[in-house]
Amino acid sequence: MSVRHSARAAFAIFLGILSADSLAQDANAARNLAATCFTCHGTNGVSVNNVPPSLAGLSKDYLLMQLRDFRDGKRAATVMHQQAKGYTDAQFELIAGYFAAQKR
Amino acid sequence: MTISRREFMKWVSATAGVTAVAGCATTADGSAGRVVVIGAGYGGATAAKYVKMWAPDIAVTVVERGAEFISCPISNLVLGGSVQLKDLTVSYDGLKKRGITLVRDEAVAVDAVKREVRLAGGAVIAYDRLIVSPGIEFMYNTIPGLNNADVQGRVLHAWKAGPQTVALRRQLEAMPDGGVYALHIPMAPYRCPPGPYERICQIAHYFKTAKPKSKILVLDSNPDITSKAGLFRAAWNGAYKGMIDYHPNSELVDVDVKTMTAKLQFDNVKADVLNVVPPQKAGAIAEQAGLITANNRWCGIDWTTCESTAVKGVHVLGDSLLAAPLMPKSASMANQHAKVCAAAVISLIKGQPVNQEPMLMNTCYSFVDDKNVIHVASVHQYSAAEKTMIPVKGAGGVSDKASELEGLYAWGWARNIWADTLT
Repeated sequence: MSVRHSARAAFAIFLGILSADSLAQDANAARNLAATCFTCHGTNGVSVNNVPPSLAGLSKDYLLMQLRDFRDGKRAATVMHQQAKGYTDAQFELIAGYFAAQKR
Repeated sequence: MTISRREFMKWVSATAGVTAVAGCATTADGSAGRVVVIGAGYGGATAAKYVKMWAPDIAVTVVERGAEFISCPISNLVLGGSVQLKDLTVSYDGLKKRGITLVRDEAVAVDAVKREVRLAGGAVIAYDRLIVSPGIEFMYNTIPGLNNADVQGRVLHAWKAGPQTVALRRQLEAMPDGGVYALHIPMAPYRCPPGPYERICQIAHYFKTAKPKSKILVLDSNPDITSKAGLFRAAWNGAYKGMIDYHPNSELVDVDVKTMTAKLQFDNVKADVLNVVPPQKAGAIAEQAGLITANNRWCGIDWTTCESTAVKGVHVLGDSLLAAPLMPKSASMANQHAKVCAAAVISLIKGQPVNQEPMLMNTCYSFVDDKNVIHVASVHQYSAAEKTMIPVKGAGGVSDKASELEGLYAWGWARNIWADTLT
């Protein structure tokens, strides 16, 4: 194998790592945002005794609707109407997608 | 995507340092890296769990001097009598089951150059990344009469849940009906801003039925109630009307234990049970490790990684931090710092980019009696311009009024944060 050839091979491997990393980074963005919910709703959204409710495995659409309704004052709450105002629609998408993908 | 060979090589050499860490760490133990955590409170235990859960190939060792985890949140209910200390005690077995190594010892020195932690028992533990979650230390030197162990056993703080919590409850039980309980509150910042006022509610709740002729004095260094003021005032003027005397701007100068007197600048206050929460600073190991950067008290960090601004390779969490604007020293915050830290530590060890948009969410519940609860909530996001976490405008707030529904959620919070931190 020529020097030039192996450099090209190394380059290809590095590109592979690069794209794997950026994929991991996207996945981590959702995970990191959802993790702010784990304190009250349980690790990965699996809540002890279901109080407050488990979020793991609920449908993404349902979760998105609840988050928006809390934020917009359409669903009454003790705390969630205040917390939901702290996140953007794009962040809601990531958070809802993350919990929807978790096992119940 | 086009990258010239020259740019590519430049990039390779720029990341070589990181690659070397990831490479060399696959040494003795075969792990991708070694993370050591000092302190297994809300911050440290959560960080250990999340590093291991999100990167099982990293070896995680926790140094903790306590045999079990005892929660400060909920511990005021022990004083009120509705809860026992065992109800808020959690085993560390959950962390061990995750494959985390627990060392019961005290960290006494950090060598950030050799990347080693020395323990009181003599052992030395090497790390690639160190996470320090040391909690708080009391500044007894600011109160001369309290600056000896004997007095500290009689004028209690009960501000670290454990034996002092039970001892203060015994003092309250032994106090005759018609006696005086006085609580001194230090100037903010201190651990758990609403905690002292919740304690007043709990003790009033106990006195109301058990010792109705007794009085409660609140000697607050601060100019007003520092958290949920309107809600606490509603409780004090409602169910506990006539039981509580609140004195703002009452900084403690000294204590005379013989007469159980709190000496204030212009006044002396005698009590049957004197409960002094002293001013606080970051835990002792933070000072030894050179992590204290502000007012000789608190540790400054880069909020994207929780890495110390003073010592490379060392991350700091929890109550010991120089807090960001409107960020309380709370269990929720420590638990959330820990997740930002864990994600960053993993990225740094693996040579991946660090999240530049971390967020934190705080929820603090306070019990105004054995069932009714109030909260304060906030959301914080990183500002690259201000290099700190700032509260998201329009988010957060407090309860409209105390309710039993929030009581259920407060217990839900407690059970979930214990599980999220320790299992």
